[in-house]
Amino acid sequence: MTDTVPLYAALGLTSDEYERIDKTLGREPSHTELAMFSVMWSEHCSYKSSRTYLRELPTHAPWVVLGPGEGAGVVEVAPGVMVAFKMESHNHPSAVEPFQGAATGVGGIVRDILSLGARPIAVLDPLRFGPLSDERNRYLFDGVVRGIASYGNSLGLPTVGGEAIFDPAYSGNPLVNAMCVGVFEDLEVLRGRPRSSGDLAVLVGSKTGRDGIGGASILASQEFEEGAEAKRPSVQVGDPFTEKLLIEACLELKRDGLLTGMQDLGAAGITCALSETAASAGLGVDGDLDAVPLREAGMEPWEICMSESQERMLACVAPDRIDHVVRVCAKWGLDASVVARYAEGGRLVLNAHGTEVTDVPAQALADGPLYERPVLHADRSQLHALDPLDLRWPEPEETLMRLLASPSIASKEWVWRQYDHMVRLNTLVVPGSDAAVLRIPESRRGVAGQPGIALATDGPGRIGSLDPYIGGALAVCESARNVACLGARPLAITNCLNFGSPEKPEVMGDFAASIRGIRDACLAFGIPVTGGNVSFYNESPNGAVHPTAIVGMLGVLDDAYAHRPVRVRDGDVIVLLGETKPELGGSEALAVVHDTVAGRAPALDIDREVALVRVLCSGIGAYAHDLSDGGLGVALAEMCVSSRIGAHVALPPDVDPLWGLFGESTARAIVTSRPNEVEALLGCGLPGVVLGTARGARLQIDGVLDVSVADLARVYDDAIPALMER
Amino acid sequence: MKPRIAVVVFPGSNCEQDVVHALRSEGADADYAWHGDADLGGADGVVLPGGFAHGDYLRTGAIARFSPVMDAVRALADDGKPVLGICNGFQILAEAHLVSGALIKNEGLRFLCVWTDITVEDTDTIATRACEKGQRLRIPINHYEGNYRADGQPRVAFRYVDNPNGAWENIAGVSNDAGNVVGLMPHPERASHELLGSADGRFILTSLIESCCVPSRT
Repeated sequence: MTDTVPLYAALGLTSDEYERIDKTLGREPSHTELAMFSVMWSEHCSYKSSRTYLRELPTHAPWVVLGPGEGAGVVEVAPGVMVAFKMESHNHPSAVEPFQGAATGVGGIVRDILSLGARPIAVLDPLRFGPLSDERNRYLFDGVVRGIASYGNSLGLPTVGGEAIFDPAYSGNPLVNAMCVGVFEDLEVLRGRPRSSGDLAVLVGSKTGRDGIGGASILASQEFEEGAEAKRPSVQVGDPFTEKLLIEACLELKRDGLLTGMQDLGAAGITCALSETAASAGLGVDGDLDAVPLREAGMEPWEICMSESQERMLACVAPDRIDHVVRVCAKWGLDASVVARYAEGGRLVLNAHGTEVTDVPAQALADGPLYERPVLHADRSQLHALDPLDLRWPEPEETLMRLLASPSIASKEWVWRQYDHMVRLNTLVVPGSDAAVLRIPESRRGVAGQPGIALATDGPGRIGSLDPYIGGALAVCESARNVACLGARPLAITNCLNFGSPEKPEVMGDFAASIRGIRDACLAFGIPVTGGNVSFYNESPNGAVHPTAIVGMLGVLDDAYAHRPVRVRDGDVIVLLGETKPELGGSEALAVVHDTVAGRAPALDIDREVALVRVLCSGIGAYAHDLSDGGLGVALAEMCVSSRIGAHVALPPDVDPLWGLFGESTARAIVTSRPNEVEALLGCGLPGVVLGTARGARLQIDGVLDVSVADLARVYDDAIPALMER
Repeated sequence: MKPRIAVVVFPGSNCEQDVVHALRSEGADADYAWHGDADLGGADGVVLPGGFAHGDYLRTGAIARFSPVMDAVRALADDGKPVLGICNGFQILAEAHLVSGALIKNEGLRFLCVWTDITVEDTDTIATRACEKGQRLRIPINHYEGNYRADGQPRVAFRYVDNPNGAWENIAGVSNDAGNVVGLMPHPERASHELLGSADGRFILTSLIESCCVPSRT
């Protein structure tokens, strides 16, 4: 802070925002009040640039129990079985301190699920980094994976999926998103608000320290610059052990009927939790900061209000239950301190050392400003001008092997073997397939007819950079295809929208287009968006990241054990469903072979996507695999490697091996079946062509390539370990 | 008579529900026991499940060995009754010197959640009496500190076929001299149903349950 910069500006507020605070209060804010407004009105907490667009998303469906606006969305996946799920970003903290940034990202999203009173049962982590040829990117990738492993494994939560994609656009600003899924052990969804005035606000869990002051809210609301290490002290430090105790304690409090509401403490800490819970109930709150258990003496009121210390929850408790609450928390070794009492009047009043330090309307804190940022639809004509078919390409076999060795395509087992993906005994399909399949805990007995869920994340950033509308729509379509390949019906999505600075009109243009893409796809599939997160300011000195809308899809299986197999059977016929067009724009092949992301995005046909997903969900055929990054060539290779079997196929005569194998035309999947069921498959109403048969130990494409599955597997399996363990 | 098996919950345990579920599926009367209680309520046997007791921020198991329940576990062990430690439970048994040796960080210095094949080396323990000598079991591991080290000659219950973590002599599990206290790194409860990838862990779980019903052969 220098003499020339006013305090509000140093805290990230604009002069307009400062004036609005002044007007709301009818006086100048105190230091503590200013600090509270600065975090609550940050982009990260207030969604001030994105709210108008988010309203365009469909949020209703008969199975939606709780839509956006609370800790997470809740849907009913089967009668009486409710699932909570949400995705969030922890990009900037992870760029500064990868291990703790990623670890606390998991911790934060887990508390979101817990805040509703659901038991967290799974985590997924979509990740984006710069190329692994760069040492810094290897350091970030390694640290992020270790951080997720450390936190998730310690909690006893299986990490069942996600993505790891590498692209120069993410050098300097990696994306670390985390999704958590929970189930309710009863039929009660807790809300983030007290039942009535007089309820107590009880802080449960870790003590409050100086760590992470303004961490998520400030770090995530500014552009990133060189020398970001200086911001390390604002990255929170995770303590998964305490979080594990917090989960068990909070679920026990709920089981014992001791809570009227609950809210997690994340960005903006106590300020956010107190003001949001009070505002949501139309109440105010009288608090005493002296009652907050502190890690160190001498913390200022504004530091206590701003602290983003991890592993804390705010429980709303009727006064006659408080002794019981303290007893349960003590059993788990946790502090439970009454820090405030909800009151009529709508004012958030906090005292410290007998002096009033804040007196502001709770609603004003919770309702941040709303901006109509200037929007510009970027001119991409130069990017689109490239026709990849005009370029010189190596032989298809070489292209295929280079694709399999590309870390974005290659096996991610190196990642997920570091994650406990089995604990809780629900994981029926482990990471490495199109989607993970979990039985829900109530259906553990292995009896048919018990429901299950399928989970997948997708966010085609390369496509988004060429056409953000198609990128957004494809994130929905691809994730729908992914769960449908396991036989699950798409039910609802959460999303994490990762973009550059909203102060740049072309970024807002990309953002608006992405949202429209997501909206149109969701409407076509008839599925709601039940929550999510917006992460702006993903910029490095090289510019903004690709417009990366990441979708977390929740699919449902009426019978968890009836999911499609993850391997193809010997002798089964391989059918390609969908239409293959001469499209190579934005393909992984173009990125790997020619080191460029350009051309036109593949054409989008949402109705065709819906039809394909319907066919996949109908259970027709046996094994199914989605075609996306790397096209048909990579899909066939992945099928062979994961099934440990070869395939003998021929491309249709009108299909060129280059775009036929490596183009990324949308709305396609390979489906296999017994020879006598092929007719039914071809009569499914979609364009379909028989490619060949699964057999032998080689992938043979007539007249194009012939490679042993062992060689495919070696390249595919070794690529990431060879880069990371050298 | 269903044998009563206590599954100890330390703060930070995270496999206790899985173990209780798997044991109940095999017909045992399994239930939780809190680490702070010095009494196991007359259980016929006890399991220390996997997880991160007390966060494992210090050496794994180093704090858990001082939990009040460990006196009861030791008394049960002295009585010749079955005591099984799985993963973190094995680390705790080693810290408590109920089995010999120690578990240090994996050779590759990474957490590993992978399937392993192990062989049964000794059928005279509470965890192997339903197995045959040399029998191969497919059971996953899930740990950062599973690299077994020991002075002298521990009584080996299980060995890895392909050593995943650098364990000395490929040791995946050991017992005390009497064979009634067994610690192993692989998680039998995770291999308790074909739908989870293997049902081989049932050999170990049923061995434990049988051992709770009859006096140990050793």
